[in-house]
Amino acid sequence: MASTPEENDDNKLRSVSVDLNHDPSLMIDIPDALSEREKVKFTVHTKTTLAAFQKPEFSVTRQHEDFIWLHDTLVESEDYAGLIIPPAPPKPDFESPRDKMQKLGEGESSMTKEEFAKMKQELEAEYLAVFKKTVAMHEVFLQRLASHPILNKNRNFQIFLEYDQDLSVRRKNTKEMFGGFFKSMVKTADEVLLSGVKDVDEFFEQEKTFLIDYLNRIKDSTAKADKMTRSNKNVAEDYIHISACFSSLSADETSALSKYLLKLSELFEKLRKIDGRVASDEDLKLSELLRYYMRDLQAGKDLLYRRARALVDFENSNKALDKARLKSKDVKQAEIQQQVSCQKFEKISESAKQELTSFKGRRVAAFRKNFIEMTELEIKHAKNKLSLLQSCIEIMKK
Amino acid sequence: MAAEREPPPLGDGDHTDFRELDDAEDLFASTVSTLESSPSSPEPASLPAEDISTKPNGPKAAQILLDDDQEDLFAEATEEVSLDSPERDAILSSDSTPAITPVTPTTLVTPRMEPKSLSASDLFDISKDEIEEELNGDTFDISVSVSDPEKVGDGMNAYLAYRVTTKTSLAMFNSSEFSVKRRFSDFLGLHGKLASKYMHIGYIVPPAPEKSIVGMTKVKVSKEDPSSAEFVEKRRAALERYLQRTVKHPTLLQDPDLRQFLESSELPRAVSTQALSGAGILRMVNKAADAVNKMTIKMNESDAWFEEKQQQFENLDQQLRKLHASVEALVCHRKELSANTSAFAKSAAMLGNSEDHTALSRALSQLAEVEEKIDQLHQEQAYADFYLFSELLGDYIRLITAVKGVFDQRMKCWQKWQDAQATLLKKREAEAKLQYGGKPDKLQQAKEEIREWESKVQQGEREFEQISKTIRKEVGRFEKDRVKDFKAVIIKYLESLVHTQQQLIKYWEAFLPEAKAIA
Repeated sequence: MASTPEENDDNKLRSVSVDLNHDPSLMIDIPDALSEREKVKFTVHTKTTLAAFQKPEFSVTRQHEDFIWLHDTLVESEDYAGLIIPPAPPKPDFESPRDKMQKLGEGESSMTKEEFAKMKQELEAEYLAVFKKTVAMHEVFLQRLASHPILNKNRNFQIFLEYDQDLSVRRKNTKEMFGGFFKSMVKTADEVLLSGVKDVDEFFEQEKTFLIDYLNRIKDSTAKADKMTRSNKNVAEDYIHISACFSSLSADETSALSKYLLKLSELFEKLRKIDGRVASDEDLKLSELLRYYMRDLQAGKDLLYRRARALVDFENSNKALDKARLKSKDVKQAEIQQQVSCQKFEKISESAKQELTSFKGRRVAAFRKNFIEMTELEIKHAKNKLSLLQSCIEIMKK
Repeated sequence: MAAEREPPPLGDGDHTDFRELDDAEDLFASTVSTLESSPSSPEPASLPAEDISTKPNGPKAAQILLDDDQEDLFAEATEEVSLDSPERDAILSSDSTPAITPVTPTTLVTPRMEPKSLSASDLFDISKDEIEEELNGDTFDISVSVSDPEKVGDGMNAYLAYRVTTKTSLAMFNSSEFSVKRRFSDFLGLHGKLASKYMHIGYIVPPAPEKSIVGMTKVKVSKEDPSSAEFVEKRRAALERYLQRTVKHPTLLQDPDLRQFLESSELPRAVSTQALSGAGILRMVNKAADAVNKMTIKMNESDAWFEEKQQQFENLDQQLRKLHASVEALVCHRKELSANTSAFAKSAAMLGNSEDHTALSRALSQLAEVEEKIDQLHQEQAYADFYLFSELLGDYIRLITAVKGVFDQRMKCWQKWQDAQATLLKKREAEAKLQYGGKPDKLQQAKEEIREWESKVQQGEREFEQISKTIRKEVGRFEKDRVKDFKAVIIKYLESLVHTQQQLIKYWEAFLPEAKAIA
């Protein structure tokens, strides 16, 4: 099944983030995945030189929910409050190709055998593309964790990689503890961030304004890029039908047109294959890029939010200390509390600054890489289409 | 169809040019609507052109005479023909012709084609020399265009007037370049006249563009808006193609109604073209009646060619409709792509504005510009998709309907002939009965009736032969045109696709250094 264009896809997907998986001390990949009705089962393969693990190489089977569990435990951990937690991979969504497959089945009688076979092929390719994308997203998530010097030491992460049994029991326990509490808090993050007093630190003030604004706009761009890609796909599909019609016309045609019609049928078939590549390249290099960084920026915003909360806690602890001093009651306690809050806030601030700065660098590098690759591919595809068209015109003019 | 050479009856060597040769040559001469004088008269009858347009039976009379081609019949016809003659049907009276026996179509399968003499020139007051000159070229030197749609009047009585410009070097026109103003109903009126004159004798008359009550109402009522501008452009282009196809037809080009349409500054308003008029309703009723008749006529097709061709056109019709539907979907999706690209471009521009990394911000703005340009490209491509590809298919679907109509006319013609034969048989039986009944005056009447019906049978047969002949020729011409037309338009369409790709390469190549400049 593995063919060059598909392998290229894999490489392209991995390059959404910057190149990961180079550190031999901990290398993770998802070489395999099984789709069983609603569930996708990922094979997570780890190679490591670290003593923390029992074996140097091992594989486990994980479901999407396991990844979400891991992500949530990291987010909810106080230790990592000052870090950008890599965004959780999105849920595998095969709804679109499945719907289309159903519609295709319903319309089977209205097409020629050839047409139907081609449409089916297209849909199968789409299904495969969705599949590969979801594998890549899950893989990148793990790889980001592996390459983060602090996060990769997380105990749950190691359990995730190593524990050779089903994780569902563990998952249930943790869910009971946190049960979406934090999630509902995050919803009001914007309000917390925006209503706060202007930050003393210029860096964070700028980051705040930037992130909120940029996030809204990148959400919009992602959605619009998706629509554009889908339209491209629709045009490519129309070419399938047009090619089939030309082919039927050619079969019945007795005049000199017959050979031209056959040529046209071939031309449109080739064009649509290229247009299909254009659509999928745009999807991977543009839509997926925007989508990934939208989620990453969300994680960055979450970090700012946590810092803002820590700031609120710190301010509250200051007020409590003043009150305690006034009343001369529980002063020691209040002082300790204030110290703790202060440290926490400063730790988060420092870490956040680092994280946000390196995040920007990563983001800019990723945009650059993908824009260059997309442009080069667009040029390549357009040149291919051009030469196909020109040679067909040559033949028709004879 | 072999082109047989026969000695020109008028002994005029020039007339050899006017032969009906095989389909490879489209010559004016081969128009069968020419009136022919008898072979023995020294000069062709000179007939004023106007008569043809006012007397709808004109071409019918012409076709009768063309049967002079058949050596078996009418070889000694001596009658001179005048369009004014009220008893056109009686031209083929029994005393001037050899006995006619009803001949089954099989013997006429290979019609001989050439008209004995070409009096087309005389019909239309053009000198023979001029026609000869024109016929020597393969194409007619005439081009028409439809332009400058202008709204005339207000509210629901408003209409669009189009400028019809003709450029030609043909002598039958008064000048070499002229233009007139025409409205849509004028075009429909022209088509109506041409169809009523030529379709029933086997000519494929190009169909006029379709009416659109919805489309026109919007134009009448609204101000300038993109969808009504689109509708107007679509109609203008369709009218232009309609006229171009009509003038390309050698027989129709000679029709005085067409000339009047192209030339005269004032044209009587064609009211019977209104959809909801009495004439419109009558048309609908007739169409329905025709459809029923078609189902009940069971023709003994003895000519395999017609059966094959009918099947071929039926297949072609189905395939074209499928292709047309696919192309319409393409146009729709291309327009969507254009809209979505534009939306993305705006979004990318906004993103670029928010971006705090300078180089990336610049690149995003550039990307937005590229996508805007690409949106423009998609719009232009959708335009080509529609006006070149989709409309071509639509036109041919309508043309094939006209072709099928002409085959139906042949069936009706055959039916008429068969009916005449049946009636003749009945009359003969009645006469036989009267012979033994002893009623002399009734007998006389019966004999007269027999004579009348004998000639009707002859006429029916002749008309059937003629229409079959005409259809063969017309189909040949149609096929040739179709191949040429299709090739030309498709090449143009492919070239539009080429242009789009070339522009895409240009735009992306300009963006590449911008992307690389992100640091």
